[in-house]
Amino acid sequence: MTNQPGFTFTKPGFLTLLQDGGRRGAMHMGLATGGAMDRHAWAWANRLLGNPYGTPALEITFGGVEFRSHLDTQIAVTGAEVQCAVNREPRALWSTINLKAGDTVSLSAPKRGVRTYLAVLGGFQVKPGLGGSCATFTREGTGGLQQDGRPLNAGDHLPCSENQATVPNRKVSDHWRPDYREELELSVIPGAQIDRFPARVLETFFSEPYTLTPQTDRMGARLKGPALETTGQTLISEGTSLGAIQVPSDGQPILLLNDRQTIGGYPKLGAVTPRSLDALAQRAPGTRLRFRPITLHEAQLEEREFLEFFSRNL
Amino acid sequence: MFWRYEVTGVDTITLHFGDAIDIALVDRIQRAARTLADKLEGRLIDIVPSYTTLLLRYDLLSDDLASLVAGVSDALSALPETGAEKGSRQVIEIPVYYAPSVGPDLESIATHSGLTPEQVIQRHCSGVYNVFAIGFAPGFAYLGEVPPELATPRLATPRPKVPAGTLGIADTQTALYPLESPGGWNLIGRTPLSLFDPGRERPALLEAGQQVRFRAISRDEYLELGGRLDDLPWASELPDEPDTGDQK
Repeated sequence: MTNQPGFTFTKPGFLTLLQDGGRRGAMHMGLATGGAMDRHAWAWANRLLGNPYGTPALEITFGGVEFRSHLDTQIAVTGAEVQCAVNREPRALWSTINLKAGDTVSLSAPKRGVRTYLAVLGGFQVKPGLGGSCATFTREGTGGLQQDGRPLNAGDHLPCSENQATVPNRKVSDHWRPDYREELELSVIPGAQIDRFPARVLETFFSEPYTLTPQTDRMGARLKGPALETTGQTLISEGTSLGAIQVPSDGQPILLLNDRQTIGGYPKLGAVTPRSLDALAQRAPGTRLRFRPITLHEAQLEEREFLEFFSRNL
Repeated sequence: MFWRYEVTGVDTITLHFGDAIDIALVDRIQRAARTLADKLEGRLIDIVPSYTTLLLRYDLLSDDLASLVAGVSDALSALPETGAEKGSRQVIEIPVYYAPSVGPDLESIATHSGLTPEQVIQRHCSGVYNVFAIGFAPGFAYLGEVPPELATPRLATPRPKVPAGTLGIADTQTALYPLESPGGWNLIGRTPLSLFDPGRERPALLEAGQQVRFRAISRDEYLELGGRLDDLPWASELPDEPDTGDQK
């Protein structure tokens, strides 16, 4: 199919997806936005290699990947703490790694965190699909390497960019490397529908812990905790926002994530900020979560700071 | 044009144009969407119409809430409640093969409504439907409204697999499944048309604000137009044509 040199995967891992910054301008067709779940780790992997923000990288859920490089290049591995080895020699995460043609790279299952990101110098050479993105959507059967929504399979060949100027070897300072064991407090921008919930319900939501359940995927995070009483009434469906906190009739909140459906009709309490969702993407089921309200102003400052930082190249 | 907004996320606001499902809103929301796409070009990442709302996702590197709302306000202030081009919207005709083999709930809807399957088909084809919203899956268009006697609640247990192109009814709405997926709608027929094709310049055949009419076609025409009968996940003993024995 392609003669471009790249990586051939002997072990694809449990769920390995090409992800970038997600689709733009495609929601009105019913297409999800997608994109890297933990943008913090994903953006650092690209930044280490001098790739612009938005460059496609691999999102590796629960590790277990092995591939062989057919070219001399550089990679960076960030996010969930896997053991990374090149020809069985351990290599550091959150730093540039030099590869020679013929090298075999392996990533173990993660010790901490959920999603590992692997970026390559110049980015993977995959044609963008709908919404200008090559993000992979397994539910829709769209996007990804073959544009059919399939996760990476054993034997897949991922083309890389050749003859790229190498970057100096460097690593991310410890200050920017999150500890995925820390208890997580998610920031919430209260929504207008918040007044559909009685005050004591809001008090419960903002004071009691909730647990991330195993029924969590790229579409939504299902939580378990004190039930939030709602009127139980569904509303007229409207476009869904990233991080929206839906409360269905059983009162157990669901956070809408990157691959969410584009419209929905459950009452919404507010929206978890994208920066909080980045951190949530590295928490395993069973993790205890708390919520705190944040003003839109604070949330926008924090998000703008993130976007501005990563849109300037190193 | 009257509207109000709600903050729904760090980079989204939702414009509300009314509080109840109303066909007049479909046109109003479409005109607002087109005006915003034009006047705020480059500032909006996504514009998502639904029954009574427009979700706007904006770029935090160029706007904050105040500047965005000011821009929306400027763009929509001059827009009248009703459009001049009303009635000029083109109606998209969708050929449908209505039969129990491809629409296994056709008979039960007939029973439920006290009509014959023939009458169900005829009534379903009689109206012009509005695309209220796109959602659930790529290109999935919520069309309304069906004649009241055809309104049927969703199935208690969704089918694990509904083939692409299958037409269903749920409550007062009707819709075609663009891609094979699970589904809880009452199935009455199938179109040979491709409703969603990522390779096309416009991948989704239907968009919010469009109008649709269904045309009943025969089994032969269905097959001629490329319709499939070899991928039906339900019992194959269902008859190809509805049982019209009680018709004189």
